[in-house]
Amino acid sequence: MKFLFDSDTWQEIYGSIRKNKIRTVITIIGVLWGIFLLVVLLGAARGMDNGFKKIFGDFATNSVFVWTQRTDIPFKGFQKGRRFRLNMNDIDALKSEYSDKIKFLASRNQTNNLLVHDFKSGSFQVSGDYPVLDKIQKKNLIYGRFINENDINSLAKVTVISEDIYKQLFDKDEMPIGQYIKINNINYKVVGVYGPSKGIDLDGDTVYIPFSTFRKVYNTANKVDWMVITANPKIDIVQMESDIKLTLKSLHKVHPEDKRAFGSFNLGTQIDKFTGFLTGMQFLTWFVGIATLIAGVFAIGNILLITVKERTKEIGIRRALGATPKSIRQQIILESVFLTTVAGMLGIVFGGFVLYIIDTTIGQGEDAALVNPTVNIPIIFIAFVTLIVLGTLIGLIPAHMATIVKPIEALREE
Amino acid sequence: MIRIEKLHKSYPIGKDSLHVLKGIDLHIKEGEFVSIMGSSGSGKSTLLNIVGLLDVHDEGNYYLNGQLIKDLNEKKAAILRNKFLGFVFQSFNLISYKTALENVALPLYYKGMNRKERLKVALEYLDQVGLKDWANHLPNELSGGQKQRVAIARALVTKPKVVLADEPTGALDSTTTDSVMDLLKDINDQGMTVFVITHEEEVAEQTKRIVRLKDGVITSDELTKAAKAV
Repeated sequence: MKFLFDSDTWQEIYGSIRKNKIRTVITIIGVLWGIFLLVVLLGAARGMDNGFKKIFGDFATNSVFVWTQRTDIPFKGFQKGRRFRLNMNDIDALKSEYSDKIKFLASRNQTNNLLVHDFKSGSFQVSGDYPVLDKIQKKNLIYGRFINENDINSLAKVTVISEDIYKQLFDKDEMPIGQYIKINNINYKVVGVYGPSKGIDLDGDTVYIPFSTFRKVYNTANKVDWMVITANPKIDIVQMESDIKLTLKSLHKVHPEDKRAFGSFNLGTQIDKFTGFLTGMQFLTWFVGIATLIAGVFAIGNILLITVKERTKEIGIRRALGATPKSIRQQIILESVFLTTVAGMLGIVFGGFVLYIIDTTIGQGEDAALVNPTVNIPIIFIAFVTLIVLGTLIGLIPAHMATIVKPIEALREE
Repeated sequence: MIRIEKLHKSYPIGKDSLHVLKGIDLHIKEGEFVSIMGSSGSGKSTLLNIVGLLDVHDEGNYYLNGQLIKDLNEKKAAILRNKFLGFVFQSFNLISYKTALENVALPLYYKGMNRKERLKVALEYLDQVGLKDWANHLPNELSGGQKQRVAIARALVTKPKVVLADEPTGALDSTTTDSVMDLLKDINDQGMTVFVITHEEEVAEQTKRIVRLKDGVITSDELTKAAKAV
């Protein structure tokens, strides 16, 4: 190992590398390209991953939406095609039966109404909600607050509006908090304004009012339009979805096999599809990256082999002057390792640079395709070490070729 | 210094083999200045390669500095070459991307001498062949005679027992030939054994002993006028 720290060794390598500039550059480009691709692909895959995570964003991803449709199978004296509604009893029943599995449950009622403020007006969705909605989908509040328990209990006529609604109903720079808007000719006090949420948006531009207020104003009694249920972590959301539907079916005298009576949408299943896709992407990335890397290392071996042929005479001279086969071998292997190392480092730097460019150009903002494209340092480290090991192994071939030529034969070559 | 007894060497050519050296007996004492003469194909280069440990013989005995050369592996041969032998080639065989000084210093590198010291020693030897001012020039910036002088300095730098010169003047004109031969004579005068292979009569005349080789056997072995004059 002493020769590794010998300045003479490096002097010799520097000399021979400088002598063969073109092949040095070509060799370096081969490996550089390999590790560059690996870094950029891995970074891009990560960026995509982050992008998807951002789309789901503030939404609790293990959630299921449930609503009612018309029955499809006659059951217990009811005809098929019966319409029915969810109600508050269902909510209570679910809450008690699945208390250990449900993290949040939000029942919702919605309608469309005209909103009026001064001389401005617009028609928007009005939603009666519980404060828990803010936990299922975090509201990005710009001013004020979301609906709270107090509002629910006191049937307060308060509302939280979206930024777009605010822009439509209020003058520029007008402070909306504390002002009143008319919804269906009833005055509501604006207590909050929310901006576009990060990722999936359940409702679009909606005015939120307390669920209890909605119920009273629109006289919905104990009817519920639909509900959002978020499961505890590690609960199988798909299983829970069918369990809940089964419970609801028995509560509403619906045939257990009825597939149409309850509609539901399960975000978990959708996310699983994306995750599977991403895993495939990652595998492909590794495969392509490593294959390119190996191709690059073989290119180094190939070029070194050619140079050894070219340098047969020089090697012959060196051996006539007393170079042992071992010293020749060491020099060639070290050349190989040195080239792969330099190429690897350059590749990583360039890859990092390209990822940086991607990040600053298309990696930012709301609609970014690749978000924070990065590669873990340990992964790079492993790739780098593998590269050096491969460089050493591949260097063995030309090194061996260089030493099996007898010095006399090497010198004879003109 | 060099003792060769009944040396045979043949090269395989296809299925046949070419018998190049057919029983050479040669004894070269320390401090001799010997030339091997012969037309091409006489086996003189083969003889030099064997003496120079660049090739192995088939039969017979070869003693270098009293040591029987037999079953040498590449590593041992390399060490012996580095220790006992200095080579001068017809085509100079300098390494093109190294300066004159670095070329001269190269054998010392393989000897394990540190850089500072070997460059110092190399410069002394370059000075000795009159090329001190050309130390940092690359071989392609030197004339043929200068290149050969660098090569001679390189052959001498390890203080070898024997300098082996294979057609050292083959690529040179008559003026530079003389200067190179003068240099070899000086080296011999300092007590070093010099072993020259040539086909030029004038070159051989300047050595002290001429061994003539024909078809793989020694036809004559005599001292020259130069030797008798001393």
